[in-house]
Amino acid sequence: METIIILLTGFLFTCGFYLMLRRNFTRMLIGVLFLSQAANLVILVLPGLGPGVSAIVREGATRPPAGTPDPLPQALILTAIVIGFGVIAFAIVLLKKAHHDLKTDDLDRLVETDV
Amino acid sequence: MAAAIVQILLMGRGRAQRAVSVIATGLLAVAGCMLVAAVKGEGAVRLDVGGWTAPVGIRLQADMLSALMIAITGIIGFCGAVHGIGEVPAGDERRGYQPLYQFLLFGVCGSFLTNDLFNLYVWFEVMLLSSFALLALGGGKGQIEGAVKYVVLNIVASLVFLIGAGVLYATLGTLNFGDIATRISQGLGSQAGIRLSAVLLMLAFAVKAGMFPLYAWLPSSYHTPRHTVSAVFAGLLTKVGVYALIRTFGAAFVTEREFILPILWWASLLTMVVGVLGAASQFHTRRILSFHIISQIGYMTLGLALGTAGAISATIFYIIHHIIVKSNLFFAASVIDRLGGGEDLKKTGGLYRKAPWLAVLFLIPALSLGGIPPFSGFWAKLALLKELFHSQAWFAGAVALAVGILTLFSMTKIWAEAFWKDRPVDAGEVRTVGIAHILPMGILAAATIAISIHPSLLFELADIAARQLTNPSAP
Repeated sequence: METIIILLTGFLFTCGFYLMLRRNFTRMLIGVLFLSQAANLVILVLPGLGPGVSAIVREGATRPPAGTPDPLPQALILTAIVIGFGVIAFAIVLLKKAHHDLKTDDLDRLVETDV
Repeated sequence: MAAAIVQILLMGRGRAQRAVSVIATGLLAVAGCMLVAAVKGEGAVRLDVGGWTAPVGIRLQADMLSALMIAITGIIGFCGAVHGIGEVPAGDERRGYQPLYQFLLFGVCGSFLTNDLFNLYVWFEVMLLSSFALLALGGGKGQIEGAVKYVVLNIVASLVFLIGAGVLYATLGTLNFGDIATRISQGLGSQAGIRLSAVLLMLAFAVKAGMFPLYAWLPSSYHTPRHTVSAVFAGLLTKVGVYALIRTFGAAFVTEREFILPILWWASLLTMVVGVLGAASQFHTRRILSFHIISQIGYMTLGLALGTAGAISATIFYIIHHIIVKSNLFFAASVIDRLGGGEDLKKTGGLYRKAPWLAVLFLIPALSLGGIPPFSGFWAKLALLKELFHSQAWFAGAVALAVGILTLFSMTKIWAEAFWKDRPVDAGEVRTVGIAHILPMGILAAATIAISIHPSLLFELADIAARQLTNPSAP
């Protein structure tokens, strides 16, 4: 399972960087999306996935059963996903407006504010 | 206790009313000063959110560094709110300018108060998302373009930050700043993992702070939004990056400093030089000032990279001084824009005859930025140079001095072009200025003068902050 996720992370990073390096707005946006998913997977897989015991504390016990994966990375990812959605939603609106106002979807043409 | 006051205060955000905005930021400034006094009196103030204690729950903690930053955030926020009354058009306010502004300050304060790395990420995002929206608000072509660059680069920086935090958690099993320091010094976790996360975190914070190879987004976006917005950005946002660098590499990554600090050292020197050369090549007030932010960031991180307690104290002094001065210069740029009819220095002039008071108000922060005695910038640079020469870093000291002179040169350029030279015939149309435009400049100039005349108080506070930072158990 871990191997699959590690390969998937690598795949997402590759696609993400490739798409970001295209000069087109939409491709860049999808690239960012891929990269953020890859980042989340990194956090998930790094502390180890564990054998898949559910983290429910049994009756009478004070700790979850042995082998339970650490729940904190998952909580972190949950937060990161929500934040990521917000940021991406804003970026979509911004790029749509940029496309509409600037009449281009080529990043190389954004030179007005440069020195 | 006082941290709780700050929190309750920040809950008062959200009503799109100028009065609320001004009162809330004013109260934030007062609460920040009270927080400084409280921390000075009885050590770090803590608030465990939701009643959970530190390693598990979310803890907000204010040591002297946080308290100083909160106080200065309040002051700049107040000035920005007042200036905004005069400058931000009603259309922007209908699109939610005021709540976004409060959210921005909320995010900045949260970043200063938080006590662990992941919450720092969350606060960064609160701050960044509102800054994205503020930057794009109003929607001129240049603004949208600047916003695209700013947004994309900051999203990527956030991702790097997130991965860095994830690697650190996997290595050490904690994200709390204090725990990171103890566990690293106990030799827990693999060194490779710690170093990897240190490099990733440094990369992310360096983007936010606008350091040398990663600064390009800053001068291409900071001169596009409303003046109020860029003044507050200029004062606060990059400094949150510097604050995060101090927090992580000044205190948390104790044993990795021999590895990290040399990188920071050379990046700082290059940042200073590149920033000031960029400024010297520009003829647009806010672009000059944007490049100056970069070169001044170099001074701050140089102090951090030196790594002694005295140098960190000098860095903290420098940050406080620079926030005040830089925001003031951006407010001045706003008034120059209104009175002189534009931001292109070639098309403006004759302001000295028209508004001698403005010339004085501009000169105070400008000379202070250049480091002319007796202004606050002189004390900041003096403290930093003393530490540099004390550690026999002659080369860095020489670079710092040379950059100071070049800074002064580009400040005199604004002075000569906007104030001294006669007004050209094709100058743009002139708008009026009200008390709301001038008042923030007056307040910040007064603050600069207060620091200039009586620097020992701020030095003392910065010393306490540096001591608390490098030795968390000290009161």
